[in-house]
Amino acid sequence: MDLSYTDEQNAFRAEVRAFLDEKLPERLSDKVRLRHELTKEDHEEWHAILNERGWLAGNWPKKYGGTGWDAVQRHIFEEETTAAHAPRIVPFGINMLGPVLQQFGSEDQKDYWLPRILNGDDWWCQGYSEPGAGSDLASLKCEAKRDGDHYVVNGQKTWTTLGQHANMIFCLVRTSKEGKPQEGISFLLIDMNDPGVEVRPIVLIDGGAEVNEVWFKDVRVPVENLVGEENKGWTYAKYLLTHERTNIAGVGFANAALENLKRIARLEHSHGRPLIEDPLFAAKVAEVEIALMAMATTNLRVVSAAAEGQAPGAESSMLKIKGTVIRQEINALTREAVGPYAMPFVSEALEPGSNVEPVGPDYALPAAATYFNNRKLSIYGGSNEVQKTIISKAILEL
Amino acid sequence: MKFDLTEERQMLQDGLRRFLADTLDKKAREAVAEGDTGYSQEAWDGLAEMGVIGALFTEDEGGFGGAGFDLSVVFEELGRAGATEPLLEIVPAGGLIARRGSDAQKALIEDVIAGSTMLAFAHGEPGSRYDLSRVATEARRDGDTYTLTGRKAVVPAAGQAGKIVVSARTGGDVADEDGLSLFLVDADADGLDIRDYRTMAGGHAAELALDGVTAELLGGEGDAYADIEWATARATAALSAEALGLMEACRKLTADYLKQRTQFGRPIGKFQALQFRMADMLVEIEQARSAVINLCGHLEADRDTRELHVSATKQLIGKVAKLVVEESIQMHGGIGMTQEYDLAHIARRLTMADHRFGDSTYHLGRFARMRAAA
Repeated sequence: MDLSYTDEQNAFRAEVRAFLDEKLPERLSDKVRLRHELTKEDHEEWHAILNERGWLAGNWPKKYGGTGWDAVQRHIFEEETTAAHAPRIVPFGINMLGPVLQQFGSEDQKDYWLPRILNGDDWWCQGYSEPGAGSDLASLKCEAKRDGDHYVVNGQKTWTTLGQHANMIFCLVRTSKEGKPQEGISFLLIDMNDPGVEVRPIVLIDGGAEVNEVWFKDVRVPVENLVGEENKGWTYAKYLLTHERTNIAGVGFANAALENLKRIARLEHSHGRPLIEDPLFAAKVAEVEIALMAMATTNLRVVSAAAEGQAPGAESSMLKIKGTVIRQEINALTREAVGPYAMPFVSEALEPGSNVEPVGPDYALPAAATYFNNRKLSIYGGSNEVQKTIISKAILEL
Repeated sequence: MKFDLTEERQMLQDGLRRFLADTLDKKAREAVAEGDTGYSQEAWDGLAEMGVIGALFTEDEGGFGGAGFDLSVVFEELGRAGATEPLLEIVPAGGLIARRGSDAQKALIEDVIAGSTMLAFAHGEPGSRYDLSRVATEARRDGDTYTLTGRKAVVPAAGQAGKIVVSARTGGDVADEDGLSLFLVDADADGLDIRDYRTMAGGHAAELALDGVTAELLGGEGDAYADIEWATARATAALSAEALGLMEACRKLTADYLKQRTQFGRPIGKFQALQFRMADMLVEIEQARSAVINLCGHLEADRDTRELHVSATKQLIGKVAKLVVEESIQMHGGIGMTQEYDLAHIARRLTMADHRFGDSTYHLGRFARMRAAA
């Protein structure tokens, strides 16, 4: 047991920090720090900067153009980028589809799609959930019928994050109604520009529209866009979900949010003293910080146990539960910290290119919206209830 | 001991519930959200016509209610309906006019009860957070008239009100209880800048910049603190009752959804894990109901007793509100995150109740200090 970083790891951290100092545009880090909405171009710009350095795909093996980093390097990279308020890496191509193609895709698919992900030629989105298939994902109905060299797709997907930017969607579709629901699912890559695909935004509780409904009406998809074997998609879907959960603890996001909370609590005053000196409020901040310190180590323990390039197993469910609850609590305390100025709902001021003056201090403006938006953390990627079921079955064997 | 409502209050509750269910349907709510006032004029006029505003005032003041349990009946129903009509502002502003005003000033109450004049109470300032004595806005006397200069923060309905009750300092230091005075200000007075905006609670509020605004003194000079505390206690009771109604709305939406939503081949309400959480929520909401009763039953008590109940109730309401909001959204799943579904508005409004008149942390500390001093 040794909790200290090696010299190599410290050198790596210094390298990442120097890179961020030099290459992270202040325009982008300001937006992230103030929680302004990022445009598609902002995301693409940051991806291109990372890709140029070879650091876009921290979880991919070197042979596919990834970094080949181990778990600790990935952790250091995440810590440094979130602390510097870098935009998050859009996960759909890098963290979700990439590992699935590498594991189950054909050579042609790997050769064609993987470089396009790194180069930003495609913006991927995820077609998993449906209105009737959320936590019970295997009950999905969106149908793909074989017709010669094509599948004809009909149905609806929902909660498609940033689908408004995407030109490609990876979908779970039903190709058979025989046997158990899990046995008739296939994994299909669909061009969003094909006739019959329609994207409709869903406005969320915070007033933002980051998720969408995606409708398919007689959409013709070439059979070479099937990943792996027909009716084996559930296996690939589960593999993708474990990868989706590798970074789900969100330690870096939590640290950045905690720093933001403390900064606000030093600037806000209660009874004429900085709020951070109010013993009751300070105790709440301390409690969540203590939980975060332990969770960061749990995170390192779990990811270190997984071999390079592999996702952890059911233990990642622990990280999802604890990580999301801690981030949500920090968001709740941040909302509390800004006091009455949590109330103004001037969301226009957060939109790209807005010149609407915020009401109250600039840090107060996104506090309540962020609190509400991040209620999603414990719902998406397999709700925390689903994670508890996984723990009960796979770890506790109940 | 008696915990049931009087016949009159029962009738008020039934009538109000029917009226709000009919008037504030989804379409009306959407029109309010897209409109530029944060409330429905039709609902406001209807409430006035039904005598709901009159129920906030005593007979002496020209109304026919005014007791704590009148407030709780009215505001629980407004909460249940997710109403954004700014009746709550009348509780402190109207209460202070009735308590401190001259006969001429009190004549305004008639227009308020008729629904033709809306009121706002501008007390909090940037940086004052929830401290009632922290007022920097200054009042300057020149013969018989006063002029006010300063800023007021997050004042609900200030942009919709005809008259605004404004606190300002005629003496003392920035955090002193002594030296506070109250004034009546015309919403269209010269030197008064109102920046109106919509709030997370679904209504509107405004930032006020006062630059030598002509104002009428309300009551005596420099002695307003005790009445500000009294008015805030009543407003806190009203807000707590409204929060209770909002909690009931969350509970109903969530329980209904658990019966409808099918996953894994059965309604999710059949899963014991969710049943237990729903049961926990119910137990906590009943605690909140009792806390509202405690405060409303002690509004006429001596100052220390009343204020102890203010803090006890508001602390518990804030804590339960957070649980109810978070559990309701979580048990709904994705649909609970959408703007279009009724829960979004209810959840935002309920959460914002913790950002007025002191949040649960503030009142936990205040309660503990009052107990330690007793």
